[in-house]
Amino acid sequence: MNWIVGFIILIIKLGVVLVGLLLLAAYLVLVERKFLARLQIRYGPNRAGKFGLLQPFADTIKMLTKEDIVPAEADRVIFLLAPAVVAIEALLIFAVVPFGASITLLGKKIPMVITDLNVGLLYVFALASLGVYGVALGGWASNSKYSLLGGIRGAAQMISYELSLGLSLVPIVMLARSFSLVDIVRAQADYPFILVQPISFIIFLISAVAETKRIPFDLPEAENELGAGYHTEYSGMRFGLFFLGEYVNLQVLGALVAVFFLGGWHGPLLPPVVWFLLKVLAVAVAMIWVRGTLPRLRYDQLMHLGWKVLVPVALLNIVVTGAFLLI
Amino acid sequence: MKAAWEGIVAIATGFATTLKHLFRKPITEEYPEYKRVLPERARAVIILTRDPDGEERCVACYLCSAACPVSCISMQSVEREDGRRYARWFRINFGRCIYCGLCEEACPTSAIQLTPYFETCERDILKLVYEKEDLLVDHGGKDKEYNFYRYAGVVSKVGDKGAHIKEDKPVNIKSNMP
Repeated sequence: MNWIVGFIILIIKLGVVLVGLLLLAAYLVLVERKFLARLQIRYGPNRAGKFGLLQPFADTIKMLTKEDIVPAEADRVIFLLAPAVVAIEALLIFAVVPFGASITLLGKKIPMVITDLNVGLLYVFALASLGVYGVALGGWASNSKYSLLGGIRGAAQMISYELSLGLSLVPIVMLARSFSLVDIVRAQADYPFILVQPISFIIFLISAVAETKRIPFDLPEAENELGAGYHTEYSGMRFGLFFLGEYVNLQVLGALVAVFFLGGWHGPLLPPVVWFLLKVLAVAVAMIWVRGTLPRLRYDQLMHLGWKVLVPVALLNIVVTGAFLLI
Repeated sequence: MKAAWEGIVAIATGFATTLKHLFRKPITEEYPEYKRVLPERARAVIILTRDPDGEERCVACYLCSAACPVSCISMQSVEREDGRRYARWFRINFGRCIYCGLCEEACPTSAIQLTPYFETCERDILKLVYEKEDLLVDHGGKDKEYNFYRYAGVVSKVGDKGAHIKEDKPVNIKSNMP
């Protein structure tokens, strides 16, 4: 009996998270387009519905009704698989992200996380590195030089920044003494880790932007050099899946920054879930602001920043944090 | 260290600039609600004008048709009893027209002219083929006073030999000997 109730609760949680993520992704696109437009003294989409609020639905209908083209000579199976890999990888990360403190309903304690893995952080890293498969395979399977170049750039960039991403979180694990995302948030009950680990925060933010392939690190899809990079040959909803993955990744980025540095669901007055959502959105809006301000890095600058700046600084940060913890 | 500081200042300046732009009024002109008044000589839909006497200016010389880089102008020339030429039918395919204005430059009688009006969208591309009735207007367009036959030395009801503007009287070659 208990088993069945738990199963039902799990299914409901999965449904809520999935629908919420997809809706939020659709509206993040609108927020990004609107906000970016205002940064550039434009209006952005304002025709579909009041203030363009129906724009995400219009875009979805457009993409669903577009022709689905698989290029001749393309590696068909991999070509069809790649967008799904990107979208699924991004969605799966949310399995370990805690949205709030556990609530008690009908005498049963319900944790506000789909599954509280004790190695949640490693799970996040594993999935984040799996995401590169979608990019690299999509670029390879398209049988186009632009796609291939985009895929190669994506793989190289991910490998470089995965390192500093992981290293920047080691001090967090040292402070929280746990790999579980729930425990990491609990450890920030008094103060968020951004106050004690500002360097970690900056390194994580830069590496995470590079991981999500957003401007200024959007070399894999640099549209003015590579057409559209790894998704040049994709059309219709398959391109839509890449797009969806990108915006779910933006939410992942916001959620991870919130969990590791901004204190997760902790906050005064408002309910925990609202605080969490606010933090995620704040990070997302900050990312859009970055996009509206910074130009794309050159490839050698990207590698220079990753290997010669971020990795050494992250290592030094670990040593200093360890020394402080010992004292 | 100095370079790092300069870099940070540069990036911060960039963020401040974009933040300032966030509070500026967008400079977008929202098209269907606000229509910018186009200059008189903007190039869009083509018209066939009339001279000040109300006659069709077009003399069906085919120069516009020859000048057209996309061959979208076609016509059939005929001659009236008084010797004046005109087009029996005149057709412009706006589905092909690139609005380059070469026809207007080629026209010796200022008959074919481009106007600033551009809102001619159609769902059926064949509706973009304009016949002479669609093209002909009741005014002189940009060059209101010009009348080709008052300048050209062609005998018509406008004038005989020597009656045109800037034209000398015909010389009697028999009485003109030294």
